[in-house]
Amino acid sequence: MINSVPTVIELEGLSVRFGKQEVLKDLNIKLSGRIIGLLGPNGAGKSTLIQTLLGFCPVSKGTAKVLDYDIRRDISRIRGLVGYMPENDAFIADMTAVSFVRMMAELSGLPPESALERAHEVLFYVGLGEARYRKLGTYSLGMKQMVKLAQAIVHGPRLLIMDEPTNGLDPIARQRMIRLIRDIRDSGHMHLLLSSHLLRDVEDTCEEVLILKNGRIVHLANLEEERKANLRFVDIETTVEECGLTAALTELGCECVNVRPGRLKIILPESFELREIFRIAARLDLPLRRMNYRRNSLEDIFIKAMGT
Amino acid sequence: MAIAKQTYRQYNSTLTPARMRFAIFSRFYYAPLFQSKFIVLFLAACLFYPIGCAAYIYITNNSMLIMALSLRPDFVPAIDGSFFYSYSIVQGTMALLLTTLIGPNLIAPDLANGALSLYLSRPVSRTQYILGKMIVLLSLESLITWVPGVLLFVIKAEVTGFEWARNNAWLVGATVIGLSIWIIMLSLIALTLSALVKWRIAAGALILGIFFVGAGFGNAINSILHTNYGSLINLSEVIRIIWAYLYRHGYMDTNLTTFQACSVLFIVCILCLIMLAKRVRAFEVVK
Repeated sequence: MINSVPTVIELEGLSVRFGKQEVLKDLNIKLSGRIIGLLGPNGAGKSTLIQTLLGFCPVSKGTAKVLDYDIRRDISRIRGLVGYMPENDAFIADMTAVSFVRMMAELSGLPPESALERAHEVLFYVGLGEARYRKLGTYSLGMKQMVKLAQAIVHGPRLLIMDEPTNGLDPIARQRMIRLIRDIRDSGHMHLLLSSHLLRDVEDTCEEVLILKNGRIVHLANLEEERKANLRFVDIETTVEECGLTAALTELGCECVNVRPGRLKIILPESFELREIFRIAARLDLPLRRMNYRRNSLEDIFIKAMGT
Repeated sequence: MAIAKQTYRQYNSTLTPARMRFAIFSRFYYAPLFQSKFIVLFLAACLFYPIGCAAYIYITNNSMLIMALSLRPDFVPAIDGSFFYSYSIVQGTMALLLTTLIGPNLIAPDLANGALSLYLSRPVSRTQYILGKMIVLLSLESLITWVPGVLLFVIKAEVTGFEWARNNAWLVGATVIGLSIWIIMLSLIALTLSALVKWRIAAGALILGIFFVGAGFGNAINSILHTNYGSLINLSEVIRIIWAYLYRHGYMDTNLTTFQACSVLFIVCILCLIMLAKRVRAFEVVK
């Protein structure tokens, strides 16, 4: 079990260059969450960052540490402690799931008997117990994703890196994958780094979110704290000029902004009940045409970060 | 084994030594390989000639049998450098055919399935990966080339006596070195083509092409330009020059020196290693 809160990933002026193009630019950050989300639009550098942490991409400047091991000096140790679930198809079509997962476990250093035993266990864990003797080439996309997850956790890594784990999954398979990710998170056996461009997946699972844009870090959000401090908004549209609604709501502790005539944006205080708005509108005989209630979401954070 | 449990548990037990993990690639390749009846039959067929040679050695050293067959002992070819030179040509050709069958399937499927990113995200280096794949070819090729060659020497030594073995001990070294050079080069060429060409049949055809088309071009260059340097691209002839030198076998129909032949093989091996290093990567940068 992970008891202390060590630094999972530490980037120190990390830059990565492919030819003339600088893909990652001077990244500096320390991440220690149990499950870290990596967000960004296509081409932001998410996959490159993951590949750099695994030692696949040469570092042009700076360095990075994974679980306190330097990627330049201790890459072999890092690879022993990390489980990697790649974005693309990565398997041997002619192999059965159990042989494939066993081979991956052995490559991570497990003795053959333990590797076989754990291959069976993790395939049951991800829900492929009944299909474990089938060849991987016959698997559906959802099953292939599960096999990729199984091979990534078979050796008991301390950090699981998942690159777009829900890519191409139907809603049921996606739910199953999210449930597994949460289960792994809650078991406390390992840290997770989840890269995705699906905000909902990240919002559903992550504690900390790192947002990249054009190879730079544009935002680091602690979703737990954001959730605690997040603000509730109400957009109101009235058919006529609001006559005293702003004043009445301000008296109750709301912050009101007149977006345009007939439209109000209201930031609600902590214990405010929405029915108060209806009560005041009824008292003022003010017809409400539309009312939209929402909380500050990851989408807001992301859009704001993309604007910077 | 409690396989019905659907919970996850950590692994905190012993790990195998990192330096030996290359053998895992070989081990996981052997199992499906030997499921192919054709490969097993071909391997058996590759041993026909060494078995015939062993029978020949036995017969030529059995005076009663020679008399029974009415053979004149001085007409029976000796077991010497020329004998092992011929043996190397036959078994070397079989090794080439075996490489054509097995080689293309070694790296191409991993590249086609994107498995390299998975392998290399483990504590396994690219060198270990290539070595693991190469061991598959080297072990099977050894089984049909220098290992039976050494056994033939042992059989001959057993039936002739210690004096012959002492005087001809160099034949063991020549067989091991000569055939090892050949199978190492074959393995490197096969791995390189397997990494370059994802289509198995095309890779197999290319391996044969390098040797047979190379030989054809070499001869054409020699004939048209009245030179011997065309033989430099005829890898079969290049290795025969080295074998002839090692087995002290005088006759060769080329003027290339052993040094030139060794240089060609060295350059071919270096080129293969460079190309393998370029191709065997966890990811591809798309320009």
